[in-house]
Amino acid sequence: MGTLKSKINIMILTQKKGSLILGSSGFLLLLSSLFFSPQDELLLLVASMLMMVSGSLLYFKKVYGSSLAGIKNDGVWFNALTAEGIWGWALGIALTGFYVAIYWFPEVLGFNTNGTSTGLVQVFDPLSYALNGNAATQWFLYGTLYTTAILLFGVKFIWKYRHNRYQIIRTLSVMFFQLCFAFLIPEILGKLNPETPYFAKDLKNMWPLNYYFLDQWHLKNMLNGGNLGLFFLTFGLALMFIISPILTYLYGKRWYCSWVCGCGALAETAGDPFRQLSSKKISVWKFERWMIHVVLVFISVTTIAVLWSFLSSNSTMSWFSREQFIGGIVIFILVVMALLFFWKTGALSKDAKYSLLSLGIILIAVLSIQAFSGEKNILFINSYKLQKWYGFGVGAAFSGVLGVGFYPILGSRVWCRFGCPMAAILGLQQRLLSRFRITTNGGQCISCGNCSTYCEMGIDVRAYAQRGENIVRSSCVGCGICSAVCPRGVLKLENDRLENRINSENYPLGNTL
Amino acid sequence: MSKNTPKKSIVIIGNGISGITAARHIRKQSDHTITIISEETPYFFSRTALMYVYMGHMRFEHTQPYENDFWEKNKINLRSERVTQVVNKKQILEFETGATLAYDILIIASGSKPNKLGWPGQDLKAVQGLYHKQDLDTLESWSPTIQSATLVGGGLIGIELAEMLHSRGKKVHFLVRESSFWNKVLPPEESEMINQHIRAHGIDLQLETELKAIESNEEGRAKGVITHKGDRIESQWVGLTVGVTPNIDFLKNSDLALGRGVKVNSYLETNLPNIYAIGDCAEQMEPVSGRRSIEAVWYTGRMMGETLAQTVVGNKTKYAPGHWFNSAKFFDIEYQTYGNVSIEPNPEEEHHLFWKHSNKNQSIRLSFNPTTLELLGCISMGIRLRHSIFDQWLTDKEPMDRVIQYFNQANFDPEFYPTYEKELSLEWELSKAKLIL
Ligand SMILES: Cc1cc2nc3c(=O)[nH]c(=O)nc-3n(C[C@H](O)[C@H](O)[C@H](O)COP(=O)(O)OP(=O)(O)OC[C@H]3O[C@@H](n4cnc5c(N)ncnc54)[C@H](O)[C@@H]3O)c2cc1C
Ligand code: SF4
Ligand code: SF4
Repeated sequence: MGTLKSKINIMILTQKKGSLILGSSGFLLLLSSLFFSPQDELLLLVASMLMMVSGSLLYFKKVYGSSLAGIKNDGVWFNALTAEGIWGWALGIALTGFYVAIYWFPEVLGFNTNGTSTGLVQVFDPLSYALNGNAATQWFLYGTLYTTAILLFGVKFIWKYRHNRYQIIRTLSVMFFQLCFAFLIPEILGKLNPETPYFAKDLKNMWPLNYYFLDQWHLKNMLNGGNLGLFFLTFGLALMFIISPILTYLYGKRWYCSWVCGCGALAETAGDPFRQLSSKKISVWKFERWMIHVVLVFISVTTIAVLWSFLSSNSTMSWFSREQFIGGIVIFILVVMALLFFWKTGALSKDAKYSLLSLGIILIAVLSIQAFSGEKNILFINSYKLQKWYGFGVGAAFSGVLGVGFYPILGSRVWCRFGCPMAAILGLQQRLLSRFRITTNGGQCISCGNCSTYCEMGIDVRAYAQRGENIVRSSCVGCGICSAVCPRGVLKLENDRLENRINSENYPLGNTL
Repeated sequence: MSKNTPKKSIVIIGNGISGITAARHIRKQSDHTITIISEETPYFFSRTALMYVYMGHMRFEHTQPYENDFWEKNKINLRSERVTQVVNKKQILEFETGATLAYDILIIASGSKPNKLGWPGQDLKAVQGLYHKQDLDTLESWSPTIQSATLVGGGLIGIELAEMLHSRGKKVHFLVRESSFWNKVLPPEESEMINQHIRAHGIDLQLETELKAIESNEEGRAKGVITHKGDRIESQWVGLTVGVTPNIDFLKNSDLALGRGVKVNSYLETNLPNIYAIGDCAEQMEPVSGRRSIEAVWYTGRMMGETLAQTVVGNKTKYAPGHWFNSAKFFDIEYQTYGNVSIEPNPEEEHHLFWKHSNKNQSIRLSFNPTTLELLGCISMGIRLRHSIFDQWLTDKEPMDRVIQYFNQANFDPEFYPTYEKELSLEWELSKAKLIL
């Protein structure tokens, strides 16, 4: 019997190796186009994609299909890829290099501004023509690889968590939104409306994650984009001001961050092997709070500034004047501040203070814009320059290079935790006004630390659970992994009434003190 | 109020859950000087998580619930040393190093140590239990040379070790004296579910099998075991997991009254003034009704720590744990229990309602009084239940009809999980019909 078992083991091992070789050959084949311009790009694309997809699917099947369903974290901290070892660093450097190339040196990938690209970009021409009618750009290449990664690693994730329906449904959701909303629909809409000026056609990508949504050129293009443009503008605004606040109130920010968002989708699928690398230190949490509020203030002020300049120079394109706009913003901020001031006491007072402070700073900035700014200059700085810096600093450097490139070093949600202005806004609401919480199951916690270790957002879940307190944190994206890995059934993500959402009893349940 | 009482020197032996909980709560409510002594590790860690370190789910640092500077910030002194003697007449402790430390109040929270039942060969190399961090380090050091391991004793630590060794690719032989796994606590159906699950993972589970002797190689290291049936199992490492005993040998020459553990009354007081004992090492002289005199689990250690802290800061409090609860995980199957479920219930006093999923490893067992129909307890496998609801139901002596009607409120499984309330309620209607017949 023993020999049979070891034979099976050896078989699984060789099949694992075989599938790995198949997958990486496909990848190398694709990469070869960087050095030898392809003769037949369609053949190369199909062959390499087929090899990569089938190789990795076979590999995942061997890894997860051959064992009983359950938590699969064996050896995570022994592995040179997932425990910041040599492979982790190698992957980190490779990914970072790729991002630097995409953002600043697309010609390395074969992109050519005159439309006849070579190399890796050229390989994706057939697909690009089929979908949007144009030659591929480095962004099309990126979008395709990004979507493929989410789909492939999504399948892997579902296999890994096949005993957990929350994980399965959530992952199907991010795969769907990425494939349809972020990838296919925008490309196809582009093809169907070739004459309309460019604007972002990913419905779910709302401001401020899409930081240029309210930029002058983008607004103009939407306004000039016919019914489609108007629809996207209206929907974008409705998402920001109506749909998102309602959904966040009902379900917490997870409805977006771990069910819909594309950044979240990559983090949850391709980034899953690295979730344990996020730092749980209290000092890092402090840094996170500062950082997220600074990002929030920055993005709000720049956007308002950009809109101000837009209204100043395009008074005919809008239904309201720049003064009315500023007035509206001031009233909006004052109302939110007043609500915060009167409602949030006790357990929430500290976070409410942070929010009040941020809003106060935004208010002062807005008023000074009104008082001191000219046509194009906002507080003596060119507003478009400000926007450009943001695009460079936060949009590209942070979200791409640091956010994804550093997955294997800093964990999968660095961007979502420290840099994402969207997460900041949703997080504030989640902390202060939402039905969502992670309930701690009475006194059942044994302080083992699995939950904290595997929280990608670096939340020290155990610190709450071992005191019998619920977890109500602005950064929680509701991925549900803490609950999945808990060996004692202590954590449950749920939506319920606001009372007692934040419970702080002196003792966990069990004692009669 | 208590902040104004004169400052005392409080010394705690043991930095496990009980000692640490006592220290934290004393600190919250007083300015007393607090010193915690441990010979094991400099900082508090979660013993229950040792298995995950060996399996590579966590690094050892991850098992430490507080950052290292927490203790200094909270003015809790830590001392890494071994106490060899308590000299109560002088109110001092003596250390292995020869140093001494005076105390006003002494709290003994020294925990347990693994049992050894006097088997031939039990002191060989590569024969050990799993309790302390050092045991984990020892196992880790043998690990590269283990292909096949034998575990003796079918309790919670035994099955954890089986999972640990299995995760690192070792062949595991699991010798269990009883006819089914942990059947002193688990009813037959649940116990059988675990038997099958252990085997499904490829563990060689041998029930009704006892260890006779451990064989040695030339270097004095275990090379195999002989069972009482005369079978020989080759194994380069042997784990002894036949329970734990209070770790109190160092108190033998003190004036403390000792039984199996340090004897305490319901205020956690020992026979000597100003000395208390809590956690695994404490033996209740008058245990709360229906409870054992030594309960070596995490939760009771924590509760004793919370209670004693009250007494120490001047608010004398009886140890009064609420309804019993516990949980564990057997490979992939989670287990939770609330209240009392007997394995051989007296039919006059206790009936069971049992539901099991037709093909998944999931079940629920509710015990109730057949005359009053009040809920007595619950065991669930593969299903998470809400502690607060069960605690309330047990306190309110909730009748079964209502328990079944509102069972969905006790459901603590993640969202979207298949529910089982309907089937449970069908099962209840059936057994009620039988009860009336
Ligand atoms: C592998 C394992 C898994 C477990 N899993 C669970 C579980 O899932 N659920 C559950 O409820 N319980 C579990 N337990 C039991 C639980 O861990 C114990 O009940 C609990 O840790 C006891 O805490 P304590 O504070 O009483 O003692 P301990 O945690 O044992 O702490 C006592 C400390 O005192 C030190 N000490 C003793 N004597 C001296 C001396 N003379 N000088 C200096 N220091 C000394 C010891 O070295 C030790 O560090 C598990 C135990 C083990 C070993
Ligand atoms: S707290 Fe839990 S649900 Fe929230 S982000 Fe962390 S692991 Fe995910
Ligand atoms: S994983 Fe569960 S038992 Fe472990 S510390 Fe977290 S909540 Fe507690």
